[in-house]
Amino acid sequence: MSTAAPADVPAGVGEPAPAAAASPLESARGSAADGAGSLGSAGSADNASSADSTGTAGSADSASSASSADSTGTAGSTGSTGSTGTADGPSGPRTLRRPRPARRPRSTRRRDLLGLAPFAAYVAVFLGAPAYAVITAAFQDNAGHATLSNVTAAVEDPYRHSFVVSIELSVLSAVLGAVLGLALAVAVSGARRDGFVHRAVTTASGVLAYFGGLPLAFVFLATLGPQGLVTRWLNSAGYNLTQHGFVLWNMAGLVLVYLYFQIPLMLLVIFPALDGLRPQWEEAARSLGASRRQYWLRIGGPLLAPPFLGALLLLFANAFAAYATAYALSTGSVPLVPIQIGSVMSGNVLAGQENVGNALGLMMIVVVGLVVVAYTLLQRRTARWLR
Amino acid sequence: MTAVVSDPTGTQSPATRRPAAGRTRRRQPRIGRTILLLLFAAYFFVPLYAAVDFTLGGSRRNMGHTLSVWTGLVHQDGFTTNLMTSLKIAVGTVALLMILMVPTMAWLHLRLPHMRRIVEGICLLPMAIPAVVIANGILGAFKSWPQAITGSSWILILEYVILALPFTYRSLDAGLSAIPLATLVEAARSLGASWPTTLWRVVVPNIRTAIASAGILGAALALGEFTIAHLLLLNTFPVWTDQAGQQDGEVATTAAMLILFLSWLLLMLVSQFARGRTAKKPPKLRREK
Repeated sequence: MSTAAPADVPAGVGEPAPAAAASPLESARGSAADGAGSLGSAGSADNASSADSTGTAGSADSASSASSADSTGTAGSTGSTGSTGTADGPSGPRTLRRPRPARRPRSTRRRDLLGLAPFAAYVAVFLGAPAYAVITAAFQDNAGHATLSNVTAAVEDPYRHSFVVSIELSVLSAVLGAVLGLALAVAVSGARRDGFVHRAVTTASGVLAYFGGLPLAFVFLATLGPQGLVTRWLNSAGYNLTQHGFVLWNMAGLVLVYLYFQIPLMLLVIFPALDGLRPQWEEAARSLGASRRQYWLRIGGPLLAPPFLGALLLLFANAFAAYATAYALSTGSVPLVPIQIGSVMSGNVLAGQENVGNALGLMMIVVVGLVVVAYTLLQRRTARWLR
Repeated sequence: MTAVVSDPTGTQSPATRRPAAGRTRRRQPRIGRTILLLLFAAYFFVPLYAAVDFTLGGSRRNMGHTLSVWTGLVHQDGFTTNLMTSLKIAVGTVALLMILMVPTMAWLHLRLPHMRRIVEGICLLPMAIPAVVIANGILGAFKSWPQAITGSSWILILEYVILALPFTYRSLDAGLSAIPLATLVEAARSLGASWPTTLWRVVVPNIRTAIASAGILGAALALGEFTIAHLLLLNTFPVWTDQAGQQDGEVATTAAMLILFLSWLLLMLVSQFARGRTAKKPPKLRREK
């Protein structure tokens, strides 16, 4: 399932299912956990003035157990209710906690960093090295001399054409997916939260957003392919799809297929934002004399604009990076950038241009990277009011 | 934007709807909304129905529906070996992912909370680098590595761990933020537990739902990944499915539906876990107190 879409991009982003569900609580939880941690150690600071967690933990333990148990309770309830306010509950020891983190000696911190070494090394080798190899090879010819010819070849035809097609497909499927997904989200958020429709749609979108890649291609071949079920239905109704210019591997077909994972992904991303619009805001606006139109124009719209734009970018990156679905639908004949890279990798390239695949890869990293950074920034902006 | 939000279905916004619940509005479900939902349902269900129908031989004329493709699947050349390869890769990916990430995340929360933003950024990097590009880079970067790694499932396991980082980070981060980690660890350490013991017997049991959902997502990813395996010319179940599709559409579609149902089952488990987490956590913490 997760081949193209999920694996490539959205798996990460697409994850918004649990992540987005958690995000409203995240800041509250985070601060609660912080509070719990520092309250616990503040307790020990009470008892032993030379509080250095490793040294005193043992001796102060019995004394601080009461207070830390206390804070455990608060942390739990804070996390679940999502209101930051309760974290301030036990205000007594709290005054002691601010200066704590700063007191930790420098050397310990440096040693602490060693704990991240395995992770850092792993990412550097298995993600950093391939990315570095692509970027450097993009500027080298076959003999290893520096050159710009790969990059210039990558922006000329036939590769320029594939960028145009890829971007067209990504924009179309992202815009349509975002608008349709939002429409569905609005329609569903009108239903009761614990009702069947709401639950079915959230569960299904959590599953379908990861459903790209190979299986999706075969599912649509069985539906709208030459021998597909719907094709046969339409044939018997006297309508021949192919004669009307529709095949699964042209632009319209690919957009139709991509929407199958774009719409659920949109739902996953936009649901928390839609649910985060508090009824009180509309009530306040209405009671101050705003019409529905004015409310959406001045309050709801501006609030939803950043998450909507962010979702749009995410869907774009998702479609732009997807490989498996388009490949399996067309057995590699659609001129999309990822498919061009794949065909260069399998030796399907002019002599002397072997590194042009790396140049194409570099440009993909630039495009997708910029889009993902913009998405992250927009998402952070949303997180400010979404809790 | 505004028009889109306020109108497409003519539905009320969630805001006004909730207070109005139970009054006249609920009793007359909007026709527009119902039609919209039905259209979406058709778009999402018809292809699935068509695919199942196709695997049951519905496209062959003069023959009724039959299970023969499904039952014959096991006897297809390469089916069992490739399925086993993919299952092994999935297990290896999940194991390596957890061995790498659980200690790292616990350490991060405990000792280096100010570094969380940075590590999150690193974990999100695989989103910004398409799998095709990673595959291309693997060929260049590991040219000098032994064939036993780069020419086998090992390289896939190692790279799938990278692809799984984004959702693993989020899942573990949410799990660790929800427990009083510092208190628990200090308590365990003060009672004489070593670091590994603390991790294994205190931290891991407390975030087991987060670990389970990250693991399931990782397994689903490893089972279905096609791009990297295909471009590195390695044989996995999805790659086999694609090759089978060039000869026999029915076999390939059946195999694809098998991956699909397997990963859906896994993903359903995740959403079940996610619901369980919000429902069960608070009482459990209270009990521990």
